[in-house]
This record gives sequence, structure tokens and C-alpha cells, in this order.
Amino acid sequence: MAKKYLMKGNEAMAEAALRAHCRHFFGYPITPQTEVAAYMAKRMPKLGGTYLQAESEVAAINMVLGASAAGMRAMTSSSSPGISLKTEGISYIAASDLPALIVNVMRGGPGLGGIQPSQSDYWQATKAPGHGDAQVLVYAPSSVQEMVDLTIRAFETAERWRMPAMLLADGMLGQMMEPVSFPDEVPLPPEKPWALTGTKGARKPNIVNSLYLTPSQLEQIVKERFQRYEKVKAQEVLCERYKLDDAQFVLVAYGATARICKAAVDMAREKGIPVGLFRPITLWPFPEKELAALGGQVKSMLAVEMSMGQMVDDVRLAVNGRCPVYFYGRTGGIIPTPAEIEGQIVKMANRKEEA
Amino acid sequence: MILNLLIAGFGGQGVLFMGKVAASAAMLMEKEVSWLPSYGPEMRGGTANCSVSIDDNPISCPLITEPETLAVLNGPSFDKFIDAVRPGGKAFIDSSLIQKKTARSDISAYYIPAATLAEEAQLQGLGNIVMLGAIAKETHFAPMEVLEEAIRQVVPASKAHLVDANIQALKLGYGYQE
Repeated sequence: MAKKYLMKGNEAMAEAALRAHCRHFFGYPITPQTEVAAYMAKRMPKLGGTYLQAESEVAAINMVLGASAAGMRAMTSSSSPGISLKTEGISYIAASDLPALIVNVMRGGPGLGGIQPSQSDYWQATKAPGHGDAQVLVYAPSSVQEMVDLTIRAFETAERWRMPAMLLADGMLGQMMEPVSFPDEVPLPPEKPWALTGTKGARKPNIVNSLYLTPSQLEQIVKERFQRYEKVKAQEVLCERYKLDDAQFVLVAYGATARICKAAVDMAREKGIPVGLFRPITLWPFPEKELAALGGQVKSMLAVEMSMGQMVDDVRLAVNGRCPVYFYGRTGGIIPTPAEIEGQIVKMANRKEEA
Repeated sequence: MILNLLIAGFGGQGVLFMGKVAASAAMLMEKEVSWLPSYGPEMRGGTANCSVSIDDNPISCPLITEPETLAVLNGPSFDKFIDAVRPGGKAFIDSSLIQKKTARSDISAYYIPAATLAEEAQLQGLGNIVMLGAIAKETHFAPMEVLEEAIRQVVPASKAHLVDANIQALKLGYGYQE
């Protein structure tokens, strides 16, 4: 069995990035993800990589763009307000068809908000990670181990599809310690024939660009990118099913909230309520087909989030009226308790069928 | 749940370290375990706290708001958390730093003069580990030899000379009779 370490989510994620051969980290400190930068500052120079604390979040994300354009595995990390600052750069990276990893350890918003855990950046991550017609891959870990596993996966899928990937965690996952293990070996990044590495007079110059002033040309490029997105949707969806085989009621939750929902499912099952949990692991692409199928089999669903209700939109779109979809959330940095969610399950199970 | 522990005290009393020793012991026993610190402005003064959950089943919520076991190392923490302890739970109170006693009869209160015990044994600053020893004795969450190994793992290499003192503090708390 692989050796286990007791590590904070933030540190485990940083270590995973290093083991995944990421040698370029550009950051700017913000609670609750500052340990990522601190860990990188300590370890990166020893591995011969570049750790750089930029002068701002905007600078950091553009450094990621530059390093990625040069073919390097690069990343940045921040928390909600800092991610808002990075969105311009994220849009440019997506528009330049560059891979990169962006980590958001979410805290309460909007504005400066608070520093306690939250999931209120779902819309931003999945609908508008920057301006323009663009998406980023969004991974939602639910444990410190998944902070590791999905970080490695995010680098790989980002490079496979030449698009940015986001690890969407929250303050709880970033700050908590759990036993975690690392893979012995992570494959090296693939060759990147598109990268700006210098022609040495031996090939035509590569071009990395996001400016297209001719509308027909821009439309063509965006359409081609969206054809790629369709392939991503078909191939990269990840989800977890918990006690769904005989379930008539379903909780839908991701990230830290999902683990609390598991406890609530167990508590409600002890009372005889046939309830299970559906956990999207990729938020984009969203597990639409899986939820649509489930919607035809169960009485109702309840989306649970640490927000005022954001993912619930995607659950309703996927289910498309096959069953009622309710919502329960806490926001501002409040973490719902298992008992609180169990109460909502009981309420859902007792509802009269809607006309 | 094997242990559902909330530890609270002033920043600098080793609240987080104490929790990390407990969590590491659980990991050595191959139990499910989580450790979650407070990271808000309270870190900068007032109370620091951390939640440690140990179980045979996966830990759902690492945040503990209603502890089965509470350890408080200062007065403000006692005031803040003593009413949150679940009925039937245990409260470990450093009686050398907290003069108050709880009026609750539905919990077991253990008054351990941990800071004083540590000082008298020339183990200044190890009241936290004395307290952990007392908790281990009353809750049986981990045997002494596993806790000793956990200390060896958690104490950083730069402070390796403090391992023996920590183990001594652990034994002091474990052996204390009220």
C-alpha cells in the first residue's frame, strides 16, 4: 500500500502538482489557499522550477498564459475574489487553446465576502470563467485524496483538449487534513508541437493568439472549439453514485457538501427513507445524461449547496421536468450539518406529488 | 465515532499540534480521520480551535460544532464551547488556567491542571500534550504506544530534541488522578 501522509488539502494539492511535473507556479496570497503558495515557495526551487509571487492576480494568470504558450505545465491558485481578477486571463488562455490549471479554494462572496468555506462560485466556474463563448474543465474534489487525484487528472485533460482546467475546492477542503497517498509515478507531459519553443530555423513559427478581427474567421474558430467541447462532454464526465440502486429520493451535491450529504443519507436511511446521493465530480462537463436518466426513475431530487442555489440550475436543465428538483443551501461561509440536511430529506419525502 | 474532539485555547498553546498528534495516531491505526483548524481572525488572538474526528467509517463533516469530547485550554474557550458539548459527552478543562466549573450535570467534566503539571515537571509549554494524555486515558481513542509513535512522527526534525519531553508530558496526563 502506498505510504500515507497526513496533509492539508492545500498542501496535498500543491504536492500533487509537483509530482505531476508542474514546474511553473504563479500566485498571489489569499485566504484560505495561502498554504499552496507557501508550499510551492518552499519546494519548487529545490526541484529546479519557478515559483513566483506576482504583483497581482492579473499578472499571475498572464504569467501562466506565457508559460503555457511556451509548452510548460503551469498553474496558479487563488480564492474567490482573486479568481474574479483572473477571469480576463482565463478567457485569453481558453481563446488561445492553451492548457493550464487554475485552482479556486472558494470562500464566501460576493465582493470580499468572508474567508469561510463556500460554493458560491459555481456559476462563475461553469458559465462564465471569463468573457466570450468559452468553457473550462471544472473538477470538484470532495476529499483531500481527491484534491491530489483530480489535480493530476486536470493537468492531463487540460493538455489532451488544449483548454484550461479549474480545480474548484473550498476553504474546508483546503484547510482540513486527511490521510492521503500519492501515485508512485505520474506520466510526463506529452509533446506539444504547437508550443512556442523557437523554430531554430527548422520549422514554421507557431502562433498563439486570441485576436481575430474578421468576424467570419472568429466564428469559424469558436465553432471548431465548440466541436471539441462536444467531445469533452462525451468523454470526460465523472460522477459518483451513493446508495442510488433502490433510491426514490436523490440528493445532488458536489465537493465538501457531498460528504456531509452522505452522512445525511445514512441517517435518513436508518429512518427507512430510500434516499441516495448523486455527486458530480466534473461540474463542466456536467453529468447531464446520468442525471436525466436518474430523473426518470425517482420521485424527486434535492440539490444541496453552500450557495443560494447555483448548480441546481444545471440539475433542473438535465432533469428537464422528469421529476421535481428542490433546493437547500447555506451560504456566507456556513457549512450545513448532516442533521440539517436529513431534516430536508424528511421534508422532501413527505411532500405531496406536485400537480 | 471513536473520537469527536474539539480542542480550543489561545493561539500558541499548541491547540493545532495537539490535534495533529491525535489525528496522526488515528492514521497509524488505519482509522478514518480528519483534522480541521479554525483559520479565521480568531487565529490572531482570542481563541484558536481545531476539530479532530476519528471513526471506522468515512468522516462526513470534519467541522465539529457539537463535540462529544471538548478540551479547553483557556477561559474564553470554556465560555464559548462548554454549552455545545453533547449530552453524555466529556469536557476536559485545564483547571490551572480556567477557574470556572460547569454547572452541567449531563456531561462528565475532568478538571486537569495541565499547564501546572507540565511546569512542575520542567515541561514548560506542554500542557497541551498533558491534556491529550488525560483524554487518551478517559476516551481510549488510542493506546499509549501509538500516541508515542505519533509524537515521533509529528514533531518536526528541527525540534527532534523535544520528542522525549512530549512523550513524558503524554504519560504525565495519562497517569494523572484527579
